[in-house]
Amino acid sequence: MIAIVEYNAGNIMSVRNAVNRLGYECMITGNRTDLLAADKVIFPGVGEAGSAMKYLKEKGLDETLRSLNKPILGICLGLQLLCRYNEESGTEGLGIFSSDVKLFPPVDKIPHMGWNNFLSVNSELFKGISLNDDVYYVHSYYAEISACTTATCDYIVPFSAAMKKDNFFATQFHPEKSAGVGEKILRNFLEL
Amino acid sequence: MLKRRIIPCLDIKDGRTVKGVNFVNLVDAGDPVELAKAYVEQGADELVFLDITATIEKRKALAGLVERIAAEINIPFTVGGGINSVDDVAVLIKAGADKITINSSAVKRPELIAEIAAQFGSQCVVVAIDTKHTNDGWKVFVNGGRVPTPFKTVPWARKVEELGAGEILLTSMNTDGTKSGFSLDITAEVSRSVNIPVIASGGAGTVQHFRDVFYNTGCSAALAASIFHFGEIDIRDLKKYLKEENIAVR
Repeated sequence: MIAIVEYNAGNIMSVRNAVNRLGYECMITGNRTDLLAADKVIFPGVGEAGSAMKYLKEKGLDETLRSLNKPILGICLGLQLLCRYNEESGTEGLGIFSSDVKLFPPVDKIPHMGWNNFLSVNSELFKGISLNDDVYYVHSYYAEISACTTATCDYIVPFSAAMKKDNFFATQFHPEKSAGVGEKILRNFLEL
Repeated sequence: MLKRRIIPCLDIKDGRTVKGVNFVNLVDAGDPVELAKAYVEQGADELVFLDITATIEKRKALAGLVERIAAEINIPFTVGGGINSVDDVAVLIKAGADKITINSSAVKRPELIAEIAAQFGSQCVVVAIDTKHTNDGWKVFVNGGRVPTPFKTVPWARKVEELGAGEILLTSMNTDGTKSGFSLDITAEVSRSVNIPVIASGGAGTVQHFRDVFYNTGCSAALAASIFHFGEIDIRDLKKYLKEENIAVR
């Protein structure tokens, strides 16, 4: 069973639909027991970092997520919340990844919205993916490149398109909205 | 590199696509889901669904359609038509829409933009601006270009950005439906004046029109309806052409 973390950040239905399209069963849950029992956990999110983190703490989900030792995939805000510090409302994240999250400098359109390819890819999540493949992004904040970065993308600055540490995986882009390429990446995660 | 987006727009009435559709190999071309899937197949980067159903009663069925679209489509899509409140938005987002678009209701009550952005994030708020050139310069119109408003287009675009719009869908009523090309001047001016993405709309008739709007304005995306529906332009051919013209597309 795949568990999708339910919290006050949108976009959960799209993730569920994408997982279902790949033939996997999933449940949307904010329950600690469910998350501990699941084979894999997806931690999605669109929204504002401060209120999302506050919600996770209130529900004790921050500790639950940190304690998981099964494969977990953070998506978009999910990636950012797994980082150390987020400039958006000065939020402390879960601190799994050693990157900080910063606002794009305003020298081009913000948000970074649309399809972009990779500068580099390097993890089992990107099996069968090439640098020219495009995935869909929508974000105004980005995770700096650090030792946890497994894929990079360039918009205004090079930033972390994907990250990994131990059992924690994350993508800044939305695999669930990235057509066939996104499906491949999601499938790679589900087949881990 | 961030790609310029090509966005087909589907008009929906009573749960069916409206404009006559002349499309290859569709079992039911009137089914928005079927048509949407065909566009995804062709390489559309996003889709916009505009509900033009007349009555509120019938419009309630829209959420069901959005759920079906969300279950089948693996690219982002925007839903608009008749959205007047945060509650209207909540229903569509919950059903699986990635973004919503508002037009007249934003002109009537601009705070609605801020309310939706606060609740669901700027990334899901596409403010549609219908603009027409008048003796007094480019002005904002509503009701399909029939009703003028006191707003000038560029200041209004700046205002919607300030209120929290994540994107602007700019339709030139001077060129809409004419197939004579996008209105380049106003599209460039609006795009220059705001720091959020602008989608150009109104007037697409040939692949060259898409090249022109991407070359000459800072728009992030271009939207069209009938030329795609009638199969006059296949998105695959359009993108091949744009690549040859050195425009970054997916």
